[in-house]
Amino acid sequence: MTLLGLLEREPSHGYDLKHDYDVFFGRGKPLPFGQVYATLGRLARDGKVLVGDPEPGDGPDRRRYVITPEGASSVDSWLVEPVEAEPHLQTVLFTKVVLSLMLDRPAEEYLDLQRAAHLKRMRELTEIKRTGAQVDALLADHGLFHLEADLRWIDLTSARLGALRELVQK
Amino acid sequence: MKAVATPPAAGSATGTVPTYVLEARDVHRSFGSTPALRGANLRLAAGEILAVMGPSGSGKSTLLHCLAGIYSPDEGEIWFSGQRLDKLSDSARSKLRRSEFGFVFQFGQLVPELTAADNIALPLLLGGGHRRTAYQQAQAWLDRLGLAGLGGRRTGELSGGQAQRVAIARALVAHPRVLFADEPTGSLDSLTGEQVMEIMVGLAREEGTSVVLVTHDARTAAYADRAIIVRDGRVSADLDAEVSR
Repeated sequence: MTLLGLLEREPSHGYDLKHDYDVFFGRGKPLPFGQVYATLGRLARDGKVLVGDPEPGDGPDRRRYVITPEGASSVDSWLVEPVEAEPHLQTVLFTKVVLSLMLDRPAEEYLDLQRAAHLKRMRELTEIKRTGAQVDALLADHGLFHLEADLRWIDLTSARLGALRELVQK
Repeated sequence: MKAVATPPAAGSATGTVPTYVLEARDVHRSFGSTPALRGANLRLAAGEILAVMGPSGSGKSTLLHCLAGIYSPDEGEIWFSGQRLDKLSDSARSKLRRSEFGFVFQFGQLVPELTAADNIALPLLLGGGHRRTAYQQAQAWLDRLGLAGLGGRRTGELSGGQAQRVAIARALVAHPRVLFADEPTGSLDSLTGEQVMEIMVGLAREEGTSVVLVTHDARTAAYADRAIIVRDGRVSADLDAEVSR
């Protein structure tokens, strides 16, 4: 859907689409060319993009991709649909806390270790915000808020460990 | 789990031996029959920015007040730059607080009847500085913090973020060795809080000032070099020691 959204700005070649994707969304994980062309082929098959004729150039012939009205409608629908608010109830951390309480292990120490790891990552993201580009800062903020939410859960869980221990050791 | 929080050990990543500017040794402090600190230990390296975290009522603010010589411990020792802070007379401690320490609190630290420039110049004037020099320095800090046109404004008329910037300038104007900040972003929205932290930490690093930053907010703590947790009146975890174990 991201590639389709990029095509809505203007018709593009696969190479330019990959470049734009990597700049704005790649964050160190560039999109393989194979995946770009496979996705564009699927979008063409579904009638969401039109593939232009080959354009001769210095290298291999290139094709220009153009979004169709159906493709543009898909982008609209996707944008207005909220992302599923996943509660993440069954996390590894949750399992560790419950198991450590069941096994009478030091759950608070495990939570402190996790807290330390979270804070270390938050420090790195804060540094990216301070020194990076605006787009990187925006993404760092997203990460920071999620880590902060985890830390609040860790704080609350730490405060409830006594009661939780009684519950799971029954 | 370590009961004593220590800065990075000598011979660590930097290979340098840390110089401690401030230290709490087995500090106890009660209010009536309620114990707030029950054997707190802490060391702050020169130039270090330390976040003190912990739940409400854990004793973190009391620890800050003891470290700053505002409260005297019932038991234990506070060392500042090679001398026992808790053994000094009230007047000697007051003098030392004015010359060596700076303070930024959540709110209520500025004199609302005075202008921003008055507030910033105040520590210099109280320290016996010349009026003209004090106001020149106050103006320089206002310029540095992007408040150039607000020097004549009463602090009660400033926004929360502007007031905190004035408070930071006032805390740093006398070039203290240690800055104590107790929930400095507690009354600010996220973006303004971030700007205040950016300024405070940036200036502290420029000035080589150590910082004790009490906060319950992880985003604020992420600006520090190191974080510790206070629980039940004790420093119960050094998070960076945990992560490097």
